[in-house]
Amino acid sequence: MLAPAEGHGGFVAAFRAGLVGGGLPEGVTAVAEAEQRFAVYRNNVAHSLTEALARRFPAVSRLVGDAFFRAMARVFIAQHPPASPVLLDWGAEFPGFLKGFPPVAGLPYLPDVARIERARGLAYHAADAVAVSPAALAGATSPEALRLVLHPSVALVASAWPAASIWAANQPGADAAGMRAQGPELALILRDRALEVPVRALAPGDAALVAALLAGQALGPAALRGQLAEPGHDPAAVLGYLMAAGAIIEVGEAA
Amino acid sequence: MINLPAAPGLGFKPEHFAAIRSTRPDLGFFEVHAENYMGAGGVPHAQLRELRADYALSLHGVGLSIGGAGRLDAEHLARLNRLCNAYEPESFSEHLAWSSHGGDYLNDLLPLPYTPETLGIVCDHIDEVQAVLGRRMLLENPSTYVLFAQSTLSETEFLAEVVRRTGCGLLLDVNNVFVSATNHRTDPRAYLADFPLAAVGELHLGGHAEEALPSGPLLIDAHGTPVADPVWTLYAEVLARTGPLPTLIEWDNDVPELPVLLTEAARAGALLDALEVRHARAG
Repeated sequence: MLAPAEGHGGFVAAFRAGLVGGGLPEGVTAVAEAEQRFAVYRNNVAHSLTEALARRFPAVSRLVGDAFFRAMARVFIAQHPPASPVLLDWGAEFPGFLKGFPPVAGLPYLPDVARIERARGLAYHAADAVAVSPAALAGATSPEALRLVLHPSVALVASAWPAASIWAANQPGADAAGMRAQGPELALILRDRALEVPVRALAPGDAALVAALLAGQALGPAALRGQLAEPGHDPAAVLGYLMAAGAIIEVGEAA
Repeated sequence: MINLPAAPGLGFKPEHFAAIRSTRPDLGFFEVHAENYMGAGGVPHAQLRELRADYALSLHGVGLSIGGAGRLDAEHLARLNRLCNAYEPESFSEHLAWSSHGGDYLNDLLPLPYTPETLGIVCDHIDEVQAVLGRRMLLENPSTYVLFAQSTLSETEFLAEVVRRTGCGLLLDVNNVFVSATNHRTDPRAYLADFPLAAVGELHLGGHAEEALPSGPLLIDAHGTPVADPVWTLYAEVLARTGPLPTLIEWDNDVPELPVLLTEAARAGALLDALEVRHARAG
């Protein structure tokens, strides 16, 4: 066992231990009620991180209820505290945590809803990139050879559950009771020209095509992927959606 | 270089962006928390670029852990440097506090004992910040809820020595002075009498919450209410000694509509204006 660190390092370590449930650290004084005054720090740390997590995963919070979410957040925070002051990067482990958290085993779609919210957070803060104009596609002589580079915000979340519909039904003002979707869904997340981050459930052919584009395949092979996933698939609709959203940022000949 | 205008400013809240854009309120500056602008792109940067085009900017860090025991997070300092280069804020400030330990970020401004050892650590950290950013920073006095038996220096002695050794400036949070003095049953005026006011480049005003403990009130620096009257009085007394200074209204929780914040800013503005008139007459 290591000896306690001396000096300021030892002080900080003891204070931290006190924050997560240890007793009053040595040297802490107050005019009175030292324990209650120290507890302000304990509460501030737990409350501020819980709030930060709830802001990142509002649909998960709505699905489990606010009080449950807060209690669950304390468990998550103890296991996966932020590793950086940039809290917008925090929460990558939350979907996996939900998958292994027995009290939410009855909501098997919850980790996928969390993956959608995590992807939305990343898309919201993704790098800026200028969209190409529709003419870049329309003017091509051999479109199947074109390589489309998608905006850094574009992501796909595949779920064995209707996670995109569940997410949509748990937005502010939405009525979760009206949710009728069943079966697996593929969610497309991107940041559009208005800098908003919509979630769209894709048909299997659309999703296979977008996945192939994200993997760097040229339009021809990507369209083939769409047809393999969904016979007779027409790429026009999903390409039109990506173009309108400003999610195609480069069109070039495949190498 | 610290050249925020000696006028009222507001902490920028994204929910106020549309109202600010359409009404262009007469404010000296906006202040933002640096860590909220450390994503790559999207709405935060689009808003900040537009805001910055029309207003002076104060970049206020909350995550550098200047009072921490280990080395400063070099990656975080590099992120701050990129933000400073991108937006060229008129001021950069941080806190006399720690918030990270052993690679974990605790998201609160935690207190430290004031000793020769911690003084050396804080000064080394500030030297490093100022060297990397290539600018003078302001260090903010904390709100505290406990004291430490280890402390051998008062907070004002500590801050004065930090200023002397590093050449940094200070951000005097008048609400923090009132909160700490109430919590420790000390006299906020005695604290301000000892405070190195010549180094102050900005003032902060914010609201606090009050809890009743058996021995008396415990004030918490909650930033969710208007500035309290005793804090306004202390603010006027500070201004009488310093002359006009950039003054921020902080309201971070239960944020009201923009006009409520503008009313608070106007109250600070009236005190600043009265001072200008007095100084003009005296001159």
